[in-house]
Amino acid sequence: MERQPAVPVIEMTAIHKSFGTIQALVGVDLRIDPGECVAILGPNGAGKTTAISLMLGMRSPTSGAVRFLGLPPTSREARSQRGAMLQDSGVPTSLTVRELLDLFRTYYPAPMATAAALRLAGLEDQAGKKAGSLSGGQLQRLYFALAICGDPPVLFLDEPTVAMDVASRIAFLDTIADYAAAGRTVVLTTHFMEEADQVARRIVVIDRGRIIADASPAEIKARAAGKRVRFCVTDHIDTSAFAGLPLTNLVTHGREVRFLTNTPEPILAELFRRGTPITDLEVGGADLEEAFLALTGSAAVQAVQA
Amino acid sequence: MSTAVVDAPAVVQRTLAPLAPMLARQSVAQARMFLRTPAVSVISFVMPVMLFLFFGLQVRGTPYLPGVDLSTFMLASFGAYAVSSVMVFNYGITIALDRGQKVDILMRVSPLPGSVYLLARTITALALGLVGLLVLFAVAILTGTQLPAETWILMGLRLMIGSLPFIALGFALAYLCSPSAAPADPNLLFIVIAFGSGMLIRIDQMPDFLRTIAPYLPTYHYAQLSWGALGAATEEWYVSAAWLAGFTIVFFAIAIFAYRREAARKFA
Repeated sequence: MERQPAVPVIEMTAIHKSFGTIQALVGVDLRIDPGECVAILGPNGAGKTTAISLMLGMRSPTSGAVRFLGLPPTSREARSQRGAMLQDSGVPTSLTVRELLDLFRTYYPAPMATAAALRLAGLEDQAGKKAGSLSGGQLQRLYFALAICGDPPVLFLDEPTVAMDVASRIAFLDTIADYAAAGRTVVLTTHFMEEADQVARRIVVIDRGRIIADASPAEIKARAAGKRVRFCVTDHIDTSAFAGLPLTNLVTHGREVRFLTNTPEPILAELFRRGTPITDLEVGGADLEEAFLALTGSAAVQAVQA
Repeated sequence: MSTAVVDAPAVVQRTLAPLAPMLARQSVAQARMFLRTPAVSVISFVMPVMLFLFFGLQVRGTPYLPGVDLSTFMLASFGAYAVSSVMVFNYGITIALDRGQKVDILMRVSPLPGSVYLLARTITALALGLVGLLVLFAVAILTGTQLPAETWILMGLRLMIGSLPFIALGFALAYLCSPSAAPADPNLLFIVIAFGSGMLIRIDQMPDFLRTIAPYLPTYHYAQLSWGALGAATEEWYVSAAWLAGFTIVFFAIAIFAYRREAARKFA
């Protein structure tokens, strides 16, 4: 078969979006091709949901252009090629899971069987229950079922695991990965690095409305610091004491020292070897905002220099 | 070696789902939602029947006009109430509830065309209005009301066709009212215009100021259509029809304005 140049699934060009005085997105350019599985990662309020809202045509950009498969994102043609699981939407609570799926299937040209959607979403036992009586996690899976029941080639998931416990989160992410593995395009937002890492083959990091990184999970993880180290020293200490060590965001405040790193063990070993008088040592997993300080910090510097 | 997983379409399909099954399924779903909201469906279906049983049957045998029994006149009034209340509530309350529960966001992102959504609601409203009317007619017949077949049919047709402005009114109210006040606002407004029209209390028993206002209400002209099927109207049917057509245009214009205002606010 002859290969044709693929129309990008998403093409965002010079997107600015502001809500009043708040700048939600600042000059975003993003292209997503068919078959990609992309995680949009960032802290709360970074602009992830705004980005996905623009891709879905639920919001229009203040300036710049968004195309979905070369179409306006609000067109019926565009909507017929995608399923979406939103953070902030509702279902008619008086209809049952099966009734809702049977309804949503009629919206799509080539839907999957209701039973298949129920199975993929793990809702076989809840098929006869009214949407209003589902638990938070079950409701999330219902939104997922509604998003995939049309068997669309493109799937959008905005913070899909937000109401799930750890076990169902892992199982659910596997389901998404399977869906993506069948050659479909998946775009999801998350503020969990592990989640992005488990599902996506490409991670786009957004912070304060800007794309600050766009690379494979391995590259992103290498750049983002994973551990927070904090300790006290008995005497005043100079930052030169940490020269040559692979750490970022070093802060010394009186006798307290804090920094971020991916490799706390060799750093601490080196500090002990240098005879640094360490007390009250704490090593913890950095939360996302901390983990991305390394990335965002450099972006901020670039922004100031630019 | 493509046996295990479901193959994704290699080339982007440009096909769309057929509209007829979508509309049919959407209409059934809307009807279910309406029937499963008892606060709305019970009032719409049970109220007119109760009014007829409690007040209509009491006055059977009392002549209202020569050849028109007061109980059949009241039946015509309650029939108008039955259909118009379903129209206003099916649109007004259930769309507003959808907005309150953010179902409108889900629907907007889905491939469902907005026109199918609204058409399904219209079909549902007409079907449920017809059911409400047939239930009332059945109760009236079972309790001994006798009218010529052509009178039943004429009244039924006039009430169904004349209900268009109430669909438009419900549509307008759905987007004008705040979602949290949804069941209360349209209810109150509709009760007021139903009372003011002579549907629930006879016009000749109303205070003077209401009698002056009544001819400016859509419900008044709608009830006239129903009374006219018995030969008890005080205006010609085409006058009523012209008024109702005017109200339809005004209400639809308000509805489209309110709908666009809402969309501009929510999806800017």
